[in-house]
Amino acid sequence: MKLCELTAHELKDMLRKGETSSREITESVLDRIQEVEEKVKAYVTIDREGALKQADEIDEKLKQGEQLPPLAGIPIALKDNMCTKGLKTTCSSKILENFVPPYDATVVAKLKENGAVIIGKTNMDEFAMGSSTENSAFFNTANPWDLTTVPGGSSGGSAAAVAADEAVMALGSDTGGSIRQPAALCGVVGLKPTYGFVSRYGLIAFASSLDQIGPITRDVTDCALLMNVICGHDPRDSTSADVKVPDFTRFLRNDVKGLRIGIPKEYFPEGINPEVEKAVINAGKLLEELGAEIIEISLPHTDYALADYYIIAPAEASSNLARYDGIQYGYRSQDYDDLIDLYKKTRSEGFGPEVKRRIMLGTYALSSGYYDAYYLKALKVRTLVKQDFDRAFEKVDCIISPTSPTPAFKMGEKVDDPLAMYLSDVFTLPVNMAGIAGISIPCGFSKEGLPIGLQVIGKPFDEGTIIQVAYTFEQNTDFHKRKPEL
Amino acid sequence: MDYEVIIGLEVHAELLTDSKIFCCCTTEFGGAPNTHCCPVCLGLPGVLPVTNEKVIELGVKAALALNCEISPYSKFDRKNYFYPDLPKAYQISQYDLPLARNGYLEIEVDGKTKKIGITRVHLEEDAGKLVHSETGSYSLVDYNRTGVPLIEIVTEPDLRSPAEAKIFLEKLKSILQYAEVSDCKMQEGSLRCDANVSIRPMGSKEFGTKTELKNMNSFKAVQKGLEYEVKRQKKLLERGKKIIQETRRWDENSNKTYTMRSKEEAHDYRYFPEPDLPPIVLEKGYIEEIRKTLPEMPYDRKKRYIEEYGLPEYDAGVITSSKALADFFEECVKEYVDAKTVSNWVMGELLGTLNAMDKEIDEIPLTPKHLADMLKLMDKGTISGKIAKKVFKEMMETGRTPDEIVEEKGLKQIADEGELSKIVDKVIADNPKSVEDYRAGKKKAIGYLVGQVMKETRGKANPQLVNKLLREKLES
Ligand SMILES: [Zn+2]
Repeated sequence: MKLCELTAHELKDMLRKGETSSREITESVLDRIQEVEEKVKAYVTIDREGALKQADEIDEKLKQGEQLPPLAGIPIALKDNMCTKGLKTTCSSKILENFVPPYDATVVAKLKENGAVIIGKTNMDEFAMGSSTENSAFFNTANPWDLTTVPGGSSGGSAAAVAADEAVMALGSDTGGSIRQPAALCGVVGLKPTYGFVSRYGLIAFASSLDQIGPITRDVTDCALLMNVICGHDPRDSTSADVKVPDFTRFLRNDVKGLRIGIPKEYFPEGINPEVEKAVINAGKLLEELGAEIIEISLPHTDYALADYYIIAPAEASSNLARYDGIQYGYRSQDYDDLIDLYKKTRSEGFGPEVKRRIMLGTYALSSGYYDAYYLKALKVRTLVKQDFDRAFEKVDCIISPTSPTPAFKMGEKVDDPLAMYLSDVFTLPVNMAGIAGISIPCGFSKEGLPIGLQVIGKPFDEGTIIQVAYTFEQNTDFHKRKPEL
Repeated sequence: MDYEVIIGLEVHAELLTDSKIFCCCTTEFGGAPNTHCCPVCLGLPGVLPVTNEKVIELGVKAALALNCEISPYSKFDRKNYFYPDLPKAYQISQYDLPLARNGYLEIEVDGKTKKIGITRVHLEEDAGKLVHSETGSYSLVDYNRTGVPLIEIVTEPDLRSPAEAKIFLEKLKSILQYAEVSDCKMQEGSLRCDANVSIRPMGSKEFGTKTELKNMNSFKAVQKGLEYEVKRQKKLLERGKKIIQETRRWDENSNKTYTMRSKEEAHDYRYFPEPDLPPIVLEKGYIEEIRKTLPEMPYDRKKRYIEEYGLPEYDAGVITSSKALADFFEECVKEYVDAKTVSNWVMGELLGTLNAMDKEIDEIPLTPKHLADMLKLMDKGTISGKIAKKVFKEMMETGRTPDEIVEEKGLKQIADEGELSKIVDKVIADNPKSVEDYRAGKKKAIGYLVGQVMKETRGKANPQLVNKLLREKLES
């Protein structure tokens, strides 16, 4: 096996034992990129020099016999909406095509402190708006399991990079499912932490009250390791929670005995992909065999969550994206008559169609005369969605469901049908609305050989439980061991 | 027809914090363009605001000084609009749940006390500044001021004349300075005022159509702008025309107001709750702690000056109208106990000269101790009252001590009998006519002779001694 195919915890042990070096690992990943990136196109920017320099620094420290943090020397890919000092951060948008941040996002600073080797910045749907990475202004990313299908989105580049061994682990961001859905479609592990658990400082905002950064990894153990590094209070983010961060590796226990696991009936609607349905039902059965109690539950406001999300997220986005006006940084139209013309042309030329669609939706929802009917009402519905989960968690310790209603779909299949595309997130976005945690792990394959994801939803700041359930499922199945052929 | 004028004001005051409202950058005025900035106040992609607690504290203090009810729960909202001086394209402000409401301020109008309602006080961030090129071909943006904390104070439509509006602003400035929440320097933009004005037939209960007036850069400009606007509205009504609801700009050069934007062009700011900031939740205890830190307000200080220093009510009123002036007075009285004498100098020479210089007391180098020392020199007879005025002027301009000035310019009073006696003799010899007049019973003639002695000594002679010597010599 090549180094780039291993998990972070395997590599970590090898590094400690002196069986390999950080440079060897990094070079293995860079070689793999050389080999398959042309097909997958996971990266917007590859920082070969920076990565090797970081790797050498780690090796030097290892030589000195320094005690190093768990992620030291491990190559990681970052979704291109996390600010990296001195390294282009584009949000896969023409409007930020040449933007080089003068500062590091808090998560990036934490990764650097912990010695992780940053390989590059991954492709995404422009400003994280989309479920297929086809909304990137630059190019499409392919799903490593079938290059004619999408990797999901918006963190499609991160999920594809991990699946194709172009990175050992990655960070994504999740506003309505953007970590979990691509993780499901690419057959890897993706966790969206509780809102406020990971600092958003330096994450280029899409919808501030929903955005959350989280890990995309090859297995649950790596997920726990990465969670240990990125979680925690940040004084620079007023919405970051001041809660104690547990050692998530303590939850890597092959045991679900006595755990009450809910299955919401609303998450198996008529017309759901039968292979997805079967895989998730089987997953429930397996957990039951392993000693968990499976309880059917109801989340009655699920039907409203999607519509609600498409008021709140675009409303916040319309304001968050207003700063891209061509004045201080980013793209500016070459030819304009006056200030208003400068704004109009810059934004018309700089943003892609999905971003414009959502800016218009959001602007409309916040307009005077419509605010009460749309935005204010949406806030109330959001409370109802959250209360559904609160009530469910009185009866169960966690909830399982499909991550995505379908496995990976064909490129181009849904680009002209935004509503069909929006439905990709129907099982993931209620978790963002409620501000709670969710993880997606591989739980099966379609007859075409495409991965299927199982979503495990947990109580706020109870990532430990969903990590434990996911780990147990992983230890008793082999889905996570399969690799795409490229 | 007689019209009643209805005015309401919206005042923005910069809060006196060291750092900006949502980042650690300095709030200092001036500085080379874009040197007081960081990723947060520049609104770079990915940054988040963190509320400066000092801003909340000063905001609450200001609101308490304006007799407001402090909201136990308020929040920040985004006010969305595009302009190059606003790097995020939204201003973080407060919309439906402001920091404080329902206050008032008492002003004196024609000797009567009048209560002006304060509708609300809220917190917000300032925008940057555009610098337009002379040719008009480009504009530059300076973000130094971006994120400086402001309070917006909105009054009820309780003001009934432009003069009243000016009195209100002067009182408001004094209160904010007393509370030490703002330095209210209009020339530096730390106090800004917009006005809503309408008129209605005397006795009418309904409000007329109002116009909003902007760009008034001094209290005088507020009064002049409003006077112009009232006249303009009257003329329109008298001609049977309608007043259009719009925003108008005061132009200082032409002394006129011009249409800025009509009601139809008014912005839809699409306010919504700022998702990056938690609500402001204030405990009763916290508010009471801040109330305790409120310094003595002008009204209380005036009362104290009358009781403690025995100042006439008029003096006490003038001196306490400005906190800086009152502080100066009090420091001076610590060194020189005759409060009335200090008051006379402060109200006379000091204020007169300041007005002529168009300056505030904290903009000149004079210290209270210098004034006290100078008054002591007068008491000792080292200088005369007339010379003292010269010394005082010099102190105001240079900040030097009175001793230095008296010494260097040789202004010491001549109180030596022998020396003066010679000069008196000379004056008597040189002015036989006046001497004759005096001896013939025209006692007033002595005034002229005293004047001549003063002239000979360039004002330095001790006037009492000169009088005594002249009388002795003339009557002997
Ligand atoms: Zn700053």
